Formats: sequence, C-alpha cells, structure tokens
Amino acid sequence: MLRRLTLILGLLIGLASLESQPVWADDANIVLKRLATDNYGDIETGITALAASGIASSEAVLNALADSRLSYRPSDKAIFFKDASGQWIDAATNALPSEQPTGLKPVKVNNRVRRALDAALGSMTLLSADPQKRMAAADAVFKSRDATTLVALDSVIAKETDPVVRQHFEEARAAVLILKPDASETDRVGAAEKLGQRGDQDALALLNSVTEANASFVVVAAASLAAKGISRRLALLSTAQNAWYGLSLGSVLLLAAIGLAITFGVMGIINMAHGEMVMLGAYTTFVVQEIIRSKAPSLFDWSLPIAIPLAFCVSALVGLLIERTVIRYLYGRPLETLLATWGVSLMLQQAVRSAFGANNREVGAPSYMAGVWNLNGFQITYGRLWIILFSLAVFLALLGVMRGTSLGLRMRAVIQNRRMAAAMGIRTPVIDALTFALGSGVAGIAGVALSQIDNVSPNLGQSYIIDSFLVVVFGGVGNLWGTLLGALSLGLANKFLEPIAGAVLGKIILLAVIILFIQRRPRGLFALKGRAVEQ
Amino acid sequence: MMAFLFHRFDKASLVFIVALALIAVFVPVLNLAVPDGSTFHIPTYLVSLWGKYLSYALLALALDLVWGYCGILSLGHGAFFALGGYAMGMYLMRQIGARGVYADPILPDFMVFLNWKELPITWYFFDHFAYALVMIILVPALLALVFGWFAFRSRVTGVYLSIITQSLTYALLLAFFRNDMGFGGNNGLTDFKDIIGFSIQAPATRATLFSITAVMLAFGFLVARSMVASRFGQVLASIRDAESRTRFLGYRVENYKLLVFVVSAAMAGIAGALYVPQVGIINPSEFAPDNSIEAVIWVAVGGRGTLIGAAIGAVLVNFAKTWLTGTFPDFWLYGLGALFILVTLFLPKGIIGALAARFGARGKGEAA
Repeated sequence: MLRRLTLILGLLIGLASLESQPVWADDANIVLKRLATDNYGDIETGITALAASGIASSEAVLNALADSRLSYRPSDKAIFFKDASGQWIDAATNALPSEQPTGLKPVKVNNRVRRALDAALGSMTLLSADPQKRMAAADAVFKSRDATTLVALDSVIAKETDPVVRQHFEEARAAVLILKPDASETDRVGAAEKLGQRGDQDALALLNSVTEANASFVVVAAASLAAKGISRRLALLSTAQNAWYGLSLGSVLLLAAIGLAITFGVMGIINMAHGEMVMLGAYTTFVVQEIIRSKAPSLFDWSLPIAIPLAFCVSALVGLLIERTVIRYLYGRPLETLLATWGVSLMLQQAVRSAFGANNREVGAPSYMAGVWNLNGFQITYGRLWIILFSLAVFLALLGVMRGTSLGLRMRAVIQNRRMAAAMGIRTPVIDALTFALGSGVAGIAGVALSQIDNVSPNLGQSYIIDSFLVVVFGGVGNLWGTLLGALSLGLANKFLEPIAGAVLGKIILLAVIILFIQRRPRGLFALKGRAVEQ
Repeated sequence: MMAFLFHRFDKASLVFIVALALIAVFVPVLNLAVPDGSTFHIPTYLVSLWGKYLSYALLALALDLVWGYCGILSLGHGAFFALGGYAMGMYLMRQIGARGVYADPILPDFMVFLNWKELPITWYFFDHFAYALVMIILVPALLALVFGWFAFRSRVTGVYLSIITQSLTYALLLAFFRNDMGFGGNNGLTDFKDIIGFSIQAPATRATLFSITAVMLAFGFLVARSMVASRFGQVLASIRDAESRTRFLGYRVENYKLLVFVVSAAMAGIAGALYVPQVGIINPSEFAPDNSIEAVIWVAVGGRGTLIGAAIGAVLVNFAKTWLTGTFPDFWLYGLGALFILVTLFLPKGIIGALAARFGARGKGEAA
C-alpha cells in the first residue's frame, strides 16, 4: 500500500519534472552510471545518491526501476528506461535518444534494493519543487508513518521556507515519532504536542493508539492530554457545524414562513395555498433560467437577481386574484378560509403539474453559489451562506415596509384592532388585499431561494406548509421578530436533535414539543397584548 | 339505552336508519344469492368499494360531531381513523400465523425480515379478537383524551387547534414510517388471510363486513344524534356559537369538548378498523394530513352540523373520486379543489343543509 502510494506520488512528480528541461546531463551521467551494474550493493548506494542528486529524471528512473523498466547498455553504462508507449528514454538527457538502443541489460532488484528504492521514492517527493506536492507527500507520510523517511523529513524541515508546508512536515514527523519505540522520550512528548495542535480526527486516532504497552508513562500522559484537547476542539467544531446547519435551516423556514406571518397576522386566516406561492416562485426561476439558457447564456449568473422581482410579481398577482375571488367573501370565517385556500392549493398544484409535468425540474446554481469555504475544518457552503444572507435581507426589507411605510402603518393598525382602524378611516378591504398580495409575493421570493436547495416539483410547497404554520404559531401572530426567533429556534433545535435522536425522531420530538408549547402559550412567543377574551 | 338512542327521533333520521338497514340486508343478498349473469347481481369488488365508502361515512360522521356541533375543526381525524385501522391490521397480521412467506408462527413477516427475535410488547394479545376490538376503541380514545385534555384546558381554539391537530397526524405519519416502531414501516400491514376464522377474500366475508359497516354507521349515527339532541348537545352548540359566553354561564367548556372529542375519536377508530379488512392494507399514508383535510370536505359538502349530510357527503365525494380518477385522472385535483372553494363560498351549509333550509322554509310558509 505504502509502496503504491509513494509510487503514485513519485509518478506525479516525475510527470511534472518531465516538462522541465534536462539539466546537468554530464553530472547526471556520473550518478546514473552507478546503477549500471549487477552488484546489488552498488545499486543500493546508487539509488540513495540519485535520490539526493536532484536530477530531473531521477524520479522517473527510480519509478522505472521499481517497475522493472530500467536497463543499461553494458558497452557505455548508459541508462535507459521504458516509457508508457514502450520506447526507451535516455535517462541522462530525459529525452528520446536519436535511435533506439540495442543490447540492453535490465537493472536487477532484490529485496534490499527494493527497500532502499521505497525510502528514496518517499523522500524524493518531499523534495519536489511544487509546495502542493510537498504537502501531499507529507500527508502521505503522516498516513503511512514510515520510519525510513525520518532522516529525509529532518533535512527538509530544516530547509523548508513555506510555513504551511513546514507545518505539514512537522506533523508527519510527529506521526512517525509518536509510535516509534526507539525514539527519545522528549521527541515523543514533542510529537504528542504537535499532533495535539493538528487537532483533527486522524491525529486523535493516532494519539489514542499510544498506550502503556508501547510507550512510557510520560509519553502516554502527554498523548492523552493532547487527545483531550483535540476531543474538546472537535466537539466545539461539531457544535459550531450544527449551529450553522441549524441557522441555515432556520433561514429557510424564515423565508417560507414570513409571508404567512403577515397574512395570518393581518387577516387571522391560515392561507393553505401559501406553499403553492412558494412553488410558483420556484417555477418562475425555472422559466427565467430556461429563457436565459436559450437566449442569452452569458447572463446565467444573473438569472436569480432577474427572477426575484418576477417571482414577486407572479406570486403577488396570483395572491391578489385569490383574495379578490375567494378570500374576501370569507372574512370572519377563518376555518372556511382554511378549506377554500386548501382547494386553491390543490388546483394550483394540478395546474403546475399539467403545465410543467409531474417530474422535478432542474434549476441551476449560479457560479457564485457553488463551492465550499473551509475555515479550519468548519465547512461553509456558499449556497447556504447566500440563502442565510438573503433571508435576513428579505426579513429586514419587510420589517422596513411594516415600520417605515404608510402601508405598513395601516397594516399594523389593522392587526392591532381592525374595527378601530376602520373607524379611523383605514379602508380595511384594500389593506387586506394588499397584505395578501405582499405576503404572497414574499412567498414567491422565498421560492427563488428554495429552488436552489430543494427539488422544484409541484409538491414543493406542501413540504413547507406545516413547518411554516408551526413557525408562525410558535413565534406569535402579527410580530415579525417572533417569526424570526421562531424560525431560527426551530431550525437550531431540529439540527441539534438530529445527531442525538435521528432525523425523523428529532422531527417528531420537535412537533411534540411545539404542540405542548402551544398548549402553554396558545398565542405564541410574542403574543399581542390585549384584554379581549377572544378575537 | 334504547330510550336514550331514540330520544327525539325525527323523520329524516328514521329514513336514514331504514335506508341503512335495507342496504345492510339487500346488498349482501344481491351479491351472494343472485346469480352472476343477472342484471341485479352486485359484484364483490363493488361490495368492498361501497363498504369502504361507508367506513369513510362513519369517519365523516365522527368529524361532523366535533366540527359541526362543537366548532372543533380537527385536521387530524385521519390519525384516529388510522390508529383504529392499525389495531385491526395487527389482529389480522397475527391471524396469518405460519402462512406468511417466512412461515414464522408468531412473528409477522416484516419482523422476520428485520431480523427481530421476539414480538414487541405492543403486539402482545393481538391474536385475540376481543383484545383487538378493545384496542380499536381504546387507543384513539386515549390519544384524544390526552391531546384534548392539554389542548382544551389551555383554551387552544380555532385555527390554532386545527394546526396542532394537523401536526399531530403529521408526527404520527413520520413515526409510523419508521421501521423500528414495529408497525411495518412504510409498507404497513397487508397480505391478510382471515378474520375470526373466515377467509378475508371470500365473497361471504366481504358481504358480511359490508353489512357490519352499514350497521355500525347506523349505530354511530344514533349515538351522535342522541348526543346532539340531548341537553348535552345544546351546550355543545352554545360552545360552538359563543364559547366565552357559555363559560361565563358556568359550564365547564373543556369537559364538554373533551367528552365529544373522545367519543368522536373512538368512532373514527371504529371506522378505520372496518376500513382495513375491506381494503386489505393499512400503511402510514393514512396518517397524511391531506387525508384528514379531505375528510373535512366530505362533511362540508354534505352539510356540517347535519350528521346525515356528513355521511352522504363522504359517499358522494368518494364516489366522484373513484369515477373521476378512473375516467379523467388529471381532472380529479381540479375537481376536488373546486369543490373546496365552491362549497365554502356558495354552499356553506352543504347539500343537506341547503335542502333542509329550502324545504323547511317552504313548510313553514305553507303552515303560515
């Protein structure tokens, strides 16, 4: 395994060095000629010399030797190796000779030579000119913990200037030393500290394998101390990761629920077709992307910014239509509204199914939403980051509308006391219609974001509707901050329960907790204060 | 008991009961005694299909009892229905015995498949029919009691109650999907062989099940009717129309609600238990919130607060569903959606309610 690893690495570096021009052809000849013999001892010293020489072709030569592709011409002791196409390459010039040589003898290998060869190949890659490759080689040593590389490691650590690569080298050295029985106690304790600083799962496994059986008391103590540190760090990291996932889920819930919070808050009705407004937004995104793909592919990265206002308009218009044709006849009868909007949602689902088919539709991610940002083991996907930022932006914009515009003022008045607001001259039917359109439009915007993380299918809205209700009811009606807090706490609770109880059981526990919570506080976290017995 | 059941019995109720009795007698006769080729023969599949409609009608009746008379819009009655169905399904599973694919005398096939060694405690005694019958009523009633006790005591009403009942059935849906719950996971319970010794496939068993369903529907109707026609029912109606006022008059509103909720849940459980042997399968999808909402529309179509209307609505909507999904599969959701909208907008009292209002008004006009 180790051999194959070093071989692969060696080959990679060999390929890279093939591109560089042949240097020191004469010097190279002298070193290479030491391989042109039948004496195993000479070959062995030749390998070590070659590995330390820095000759461009040395990598390829050693690999060829390992694969029995290396030969020499007894007449002038010139070394040749066979390349992938089966042609002989002159090792001294690292190029095709003018004519293919004849009368070659293979360079033979026995076990002793092979060992020297492996060690040489391992240390060779540590000398590569490319820092990425040096790092990869160090990591390979970290995994293999091959004690023969120790000398090479010591020398490269002293020479290394790149601090990151140097760090990798030192960690590799520590990995070798920590379980080396004949290493000095100070070295092994130092190695334990070094591994503790590395602080990942591999280092932890290594430290845990240090026991009384293979180390002195001092070393074991140092190792267990370092292991504890790593465990703490890993626990912290997983907590942070859970919090991030929870935040991300919470922002999705916030997006899905925030439109509902407005319509429910103002009109006191549950809009069962709310999920379908989200779905319409997602399909708007799909249509926008299809048009861009066929008409102007260069604008693809702009598809989401273009889709956002369009999705708002589509969903808001449909919402307005629903309000004018169905809901306005049902004010004061919230349970009937619930049924009627459920009917609307069924019809919208079927309409979309007829228009776009029942299958999932492909919505692509713009380039800036792809990729992962790795922060010292803490993974942040750009897509999620954008969605969190986007949902916060939507939340703030909506808060601004509610606080800063005259429409918002009227909406808040209607939420607090509908009859009083009407008596003060606010035309509540107009406010209702506009609120419903606004809430639906925001749902459409949510659909643009959700199209990035969920399947765009006619059932998209269904999967969010129950969660959205719970967020709104949990947070309290008519209070956007309550919705924010409700969404984030549900998201976080969900993600922290998941590793303990499993995804499904966690969800069930959460539902049970919310049901119990609503029993305690039937009007949610932030209930509007009032003296009415019922509203 | 009889006096209570037939208290203030009116003409419409009499017609309904007699109609059900006739159906219970004549459908099996037309299925079993009339030869295959005759125009009056009813094929067995139709008997089972209409048996299914009648068990839905019982569910609708249960829902109308709480929604129509007490204003509790439960969007989770499908959960009680499914729990009753699972209790019956567990009995039927244990009747399979060694005839399953893995021929284990005790464990149902899916447990052998999951490599379980012994029966979970929830499955004990389900080989006794009497125990299963008790569970069919007890489990839904107990869930309704606990859930309702919490909900009504803290005065969760209106849409809030609807939402948490919906969450309840959703949580149960997720729970029953899990294999380690021990209820067959997403495949549910199926491949039933016989019920108290009779083959479940035999036409005679099917016809009997149909008759029992019709009788249970009639019995459920009598219980519900006598409840709503009594003084108790009048308090229920006043809770529906003015909950706070009723409370201020000194009635313990939550106790009334709790009792009617528990009775309704038990009724739904019985409906589920009758449904399972006629359909031949019970799986977690019965817990889906969609099913519960669909049951609400049966009641709305027939007429909430009429009981008879709820039963008729369930049969009508499901008949339309069978017909439409067969002939125009794409059209069914449009039809159902439109039904929700049109009924709430134009027919708030449902078919029976509208008819009653019309003929009631004419009757009064003639009398005047």
